[in-house]
Amino acid sequence: MKTERDSNPLLLMSGVQKRFGGVIALSGVDLEVRRGEVHALLGENGAGKSTLMKVLSGAHAADAGECRFDGAPYAPRGPVDALEQGVAMIYQELNLAPDLTVAQNVLLGREPRGTMGWVRADEVRERVGGALAALGSDELQPETLVSELGPGQRQLVEIARALVEDARLIVLDEPTSSLSQEDTRRLFEVVKRLTREGVSVIYISHFLEEVQEIADRFTVLRDGETVGAGVVSETSLEELVALMAGRSLDEFFPEVPHEAGEVILELDALSGERLPKEASLSLRRGEIMGIAGLVGAGRTELLRALFALEPVSSGQVKIKGGVSPARSPRERLDQGVGLLSEDRKGEGLALDLDLATNATLSHMDPFSSRGWIREREQRAAAQRWIDRLAIRCTGPEQRVGDLSGGNQQKAALARLLHHDVDVLLLDEPTRGVDVGAKVEVYRVIGELAAAGKAILVVSSYLPELFGICDRIAVMHRGVLGPSRAVDEWTEEEVMSEATRGVQGEVA
Amino acid sequence: MPKRLMTLLGPFIGLIVVVALFGAIEPAFLSTRNMMTVAIQTVIVGLGAIGMTFVIVSGGIDLSIGSVIALSSVVTALCARAGLSPAASFAAGVAAGALCGALNGWLVTRLNIVPFIVTLGMMGVARGVSKWLSGEQTVTPSPEASEALASLATKSATSPGIWITIALAVVMALVLKRTVFGTYTYALGSNEDTARLCGVPVERTKVWIYTLCGLFGGLGGVMTFARLSVGDPTTAIGRELDVIAAVVIGGASLAGGKGSILGSMIGALLMAALANGCNLTGVPNFVQEILIGGIIVAAVAVDRLRSARA
Repeated sequence: MKTERDSNPLLLMSGVQKRFGGVIALSGVDLEVRRGEVHALLGENGAGKSTLMKVLSGAHAADAGECRFDGAPYAPRGPVDALEQGVAMIYQELNLAPDLTVAQNVLLGREPRGTMGWVRADEVRERVGGALAALGSDELQPETLVSELGPGQRQLVEIARALVEDARLIVLDEPTSSLSQEDTRRLFEVVKRLTREGVSVIYISHFLEEVQEIADRFTVLRDGETVGAGVVSETSLEELVALMAGRSLDEFFPEVPHEAGEVILELDALSGERLPKEASLSLRRGEIMGIAGLVGAGRTELLRALFALEPVSSGQVKIKGGVSPARSPRERLDQGVGLLSEDRKGEGLALDLDLATNATLSHMDPFSSRGWIREREQRAAAQRWIDRLAIRCTGPEQRVGDLSGGNQQKAALARLLHHDVDVLLLDEPTRGVDVGAKVEVYRVIGELAAAGKAILVVSSYLPELFGICDRIAVMHRGVLGPSRAVDEWTEEEVMSEATRGVQGEVA
Repeated sequence: MPKRLMTLLGPFIGLIVVVALFGAIEPAFLSTRNMMTVAIQTVIVGLGAIGMTFVIVSGGIDLSIGSVIALSSVVTALCARAGLSPAASFAAGVAAGALCGALNGWLVTRLNIVPFIVTLGMMGVARGVSKWLSGEQTVTPSPEASEALASLATKSATSPGIWITIALAVVMALVLKRTVFGTYTYALGSNEDTARLCGVPVERTKVWIYTLCGLFGGLGGVMTFARLSVGDPTTAIGRELDVIAAVVIGGASLAGGKGSILGSMIGALLMAALANGCNLTGVPNFVQEILIGGIIVAAVAVDRLRSARA
């Protein structure tokens, strides 16, 4: 898979390292991008792709390693500096001002100024027109408001923005995750056109079939290291998946025996407004089921639609055998279903409030009568969960925002336990949690299953799903595949289904 | 709760400093009689601040309270003039305020418009309605009709207005700290998404919060009528800013999730003491305005510094 080196690559990174405090994000990355090629950067979530791109764009400085761009040492001081040197980033979340026109967005911050600060309209027309012509898109008019454009066209505006600055290396981060097939095809045409004119593209995507179609060469990252590189046309999908999934870390998953009981939750073709698409599953008491898939596949949307936080457009939810519609999270909680949010700080917890309030907010009936709270009992209830989950804190009165990530997550879990729900929907339960606390969270999940709770876990970390789940199903672009017992899967199979969908099925 | 006391310490020290300063310059400031005057002058802003504390803790704002006070004073006066009993006039004034608040809450939750805009609109509407109802004139009931209500604001230690305000402050402080409703109010202001996730009835709670604020504005209107013995459609212009200032000086955050009734009461007292002391010592009005403006910013700045260090 090794290819001979290019004597004069556009970008050459070797031995790049980056750490954040005690966490090593990049432990030695090599990346070589040639002139006029599309280079795919591959790797699982958390492999280090984003960090590497932040080093490339100047948002972070590397701690060690060599970086050369166009033969000269390259160490940008920030994104603006990187752009001036010819490196442009185009992120998943586009950075456009919707109330300005295409032309204003393309030149935002770089308006050609005439006397007294007036923007020179003729030059604007010329430069924006040139960039749009280079994209070969005749639909984009400079005077259109960006708010009137679809996601595909907005992406083109971003690329035009890179072109007016004469970017020679454009990084596309998951560019097709929110695009229709039509827009994806159009984007590919633009990418091919750009490379013919000598621009290089780093293409980050989870969708391997796209990579096979558009990319010339690839580099695979895993655990912050380059683990492989080569020519796409000479490498099979299976080889790529194996490179991405291979493990270097052995995780510890506490074994808590639990047994599946009667079916408690059934989804029948549940659809959200966009995602998921007709998801069906059934979950038993005492069972842990994992949902694997890529970021943006619709796993979070599935849990949120199920918990009535997002609208359901069709399909049914059956809880304990009966059809159970719900219009609000309150009704779901009353039916015995609880959700652990993936966004702990933004949604999961009220950071300014104390632990006791956060742990009991959804269920204050046991210690309140006619609306008045018996504070001592509330604190005692919170203290029980602090002890039970070994939450490290100064007491129930401590502000939740002052706890560590792992202890915050336990506080959020404590709320579900306090509510005594029967079905727990856990969205990325160990995100931002250190390794020691992860093991404790796994243990709690196992014990809950042993106590007869049904647990649905969404995680982007495959070893975790394999370590704690009884069954796994994979979601791909909103479609939930059939579940299988965990020992009937390999990580490669899960990865392959997550990136390509269920094989042999008509899409 | 040492942390809670810490938050109150700043405004409390400010209050002591103001009282000590004016007391040193003008001993008459500390007389019982003048202290009662300060207390009576605190009543209207204080009542408004009780309701406003709930709104601000929940992460909202109510700009309409000054106009609501005027509307309520006019409604109370009209009822008294029409020969209704003092109790009925009182109730009508409070109800008018609560109605405005309920409408605010309903608009905020149903139309999903930010509270700033909804209550800015209500500020104009309530003011306009009070002018319309009063025929753009002060409404003067017969002395006999207004006498009973006027006794609410007598300048003596038995002035019921003061004791009603103190009692309500205590009750509402407990409601804010010790009830499910109070906890929901803090939860809404701290993180509305968390509240929704936890099954808090977000919309219903908000409607109650704004209704409560309107109700206290209505009470303030009745007290205004009690003091003036007339219903004045142009009273309390700009008063909403005094009320908001009292709450903010008392340690509440406009971002929500923080604040206490006791703090707001100290804030209201501080502003009344400052105004009274300035009048008594002959400090011109404009100095007063500059001082209050400075104190508002200083109070928030001190709070910022402290939480940044903590």
